[in-house]
Amino acid sequence: MERYPATRTNLLEILHEIQRAEPRHYLSEASLRAVAEYLGMPLAEVMDAASFYSMYSLTPRGRHVVRVCVSPPCRLFGGEALLKALKERLGVEVGQTTADAAFTLETSSCLGACGNAPALMIDGELFEDVTDAKAAEIIDRVRREDATR
Amino acid sequence: MPRGKTDPKDSARIVLANCGAIDPESLDAAVAAGAYEGLRKVIAERIPPQAVVDEVTRSGLRGRGGAGFPTGKKWSLTAPGAVKYLVCNADEGEPGTFKDRLILEGDPHELVEGMILAGYAIGAKEGFVYIRGEYTLSIERMTRAIDQARAAGFLGERILGSDITFDVVVKRGAGAYVCGDETALIESIEGKRGFPRLKPPYPGQVGLWGCPTVVNNAETLANVPAIVRRGAAWFRSFGTPASPGTKVFLILGDVERPGAIEAEMGTPLRTIVEEHGGGVRGGRRFKGALIGGAAGAFVSEKQIDVAMDFDTLKTQAGAVLGSGSVLVLDEDASVPKLLDEVLRFFEHESCGQCTPCRAGAPQLVRILRRALTSERRGEDLDRLVALARVMRDTSLCPLGESPILPVESAMRHFRDEFLTCAVPVGRL
Repeated sequence: MERYPATRTNLLEILHEIQRAEPRHYLSEASLRAVAEYLGMPLAEVMDAASFYSMYSLTPRGRHVVRVCVSPPCRLFGGEALLKALKERLGVEVGQTTADAAFTLETSSCLGACGNAPALMIDGELFEDVTDAKAAEIIDRVRREDATR
Repeated sequence: MPRGKTDPKDSARIVLANCGAIDPESLDAAVAAGAYEGLRKVIAERIPPQAVVDEVTRSGLRGRGGAGFPTGKKWSLTAPGAVKYLVCNADEGEPGTFKDRLILEGDPHELVEGMILAGYAIGAKEGFVYIRGEYTLSIERMTRAIDQARAAGFLGERILGSDITFDVVVKRGAGAYVCGDETALIESIEGKRGFPRLKPPYPGQVGLWGCPTVVNNAETLANVPAIVRRGAAWFRSFGTPASPGTKVFLILGDVERPGAIEAEMGTPLRTIVEEHGGGVRGGRRFKGALIGGAAGAFVSEKQIDVAMDFDTLKTQAGAVLGSGSVLVLDEDASVPKLLDEVLRFFEHESCGQCTPCRAGAPQLVRILRRALTSERRGEDLDRLVALARVMRDTSLCPLGESPILPVESAMRHFRDEFLTCAVPVGRL
């Protein structure tokens, strides 16, 4: 947080960084209070922004966040089936986290990959033309990497 | 690189000229391809700011974010002030759109130079490029390009030894379509939730931190270096008299080769679909297209020869160019299903500030779904259009004003399908 000058224009950037560094990728009340103090802002106004943007989470998430694109083009060209397959594979609904805290399943309104639909993003990495098999492969790869860590 | 980024059939390339052709992480590669030549020209020939504004005005460049407002005029309408800001809108959230991403990832120095020239023209010393938070690679590459440019003396104080001072800061969005609205984007840069402001005053008068601010789309700014370097007359050799230049089109859906192409303004829809997109997938029939994203409009097969520019689409097809996205539908595509997805998008992205949009967007979804299962579909479909009209007339920002475009055009061209389609709606 101290990497950024203590002015309000850096609020979104600071929230992004805290959330990234936090193992459960969320904004805890304690960290929001710390941000409010650092920027000299009322906690309510920090909350106001933190609760508005869809990339921030106020509740703990998994170690990895899977975001499936649900923009109209993606939905029409395989995104609907992809989301269903991922729900089954991970055993969770959208917004939920797997029991081992490895994955949280989320949706995104558009990942800007419409020419290569359907698309999903894991921890900021974009995957395009995602078939069910490819999604399974990506999830397995992330699990293997976690196991060796 | 995803497919479709370099299409050999591109008829004209200005904005994407270097995308895919140079290493986007190398300043040397960008400079070898002509980056910062417009800036060098301005410095070497001591071209005054007003002359840059005049050249862009003469070029006829219009905003590529969708509205098509003349860029030179926007720059001219900026109020005088000791402190002004330039903002590059790269919050590309329109579904079906990824043109700004191609520029940010493929030729970030073109955008940096465009921002320097625009900042110089309007008298701003500081610029912000607001990139949507989901664009990880774009943010990385733009940040790197800005650092490289600063180290090489293209950004900062006394650029290349001249009197020009300008610097750029990257701002990351955090997932809010509404921030594509210029006033919501300004709020977001200020560190607030992205609630659009009432207009007027426009950002040119009261913008970022209350100062005169110009907000331009990334594709718009990416055109500026070439205009400064090669002149308005050269730029006008592309496109149509009212919409000069080129446009990046995103070809999606039921086509053989989805992807992005850059073509002259006024290129017929048929050329875009058949030549650039390789035709409708599997040789099927062209049923229509959704042009311009969710905040766009449907055209039917009868309109496949329409010229794709700001004015012709409006006057001849009742549609909009918008972001340049072209979602092609084949004979089996379900327009009701697509409209349902579009309306759900608006429901999700309505920011909640003004009542017509907050209450109206979810109602649109409900009314359409009810219409498709009701005994009196026609009445419900009329209700859908009526509500979208009320939203257009009473909402605070373009988000709430937009659903009328897909709703009304869908009813105009495909009402029969809505009246007869089976439920649940078919493939797509």
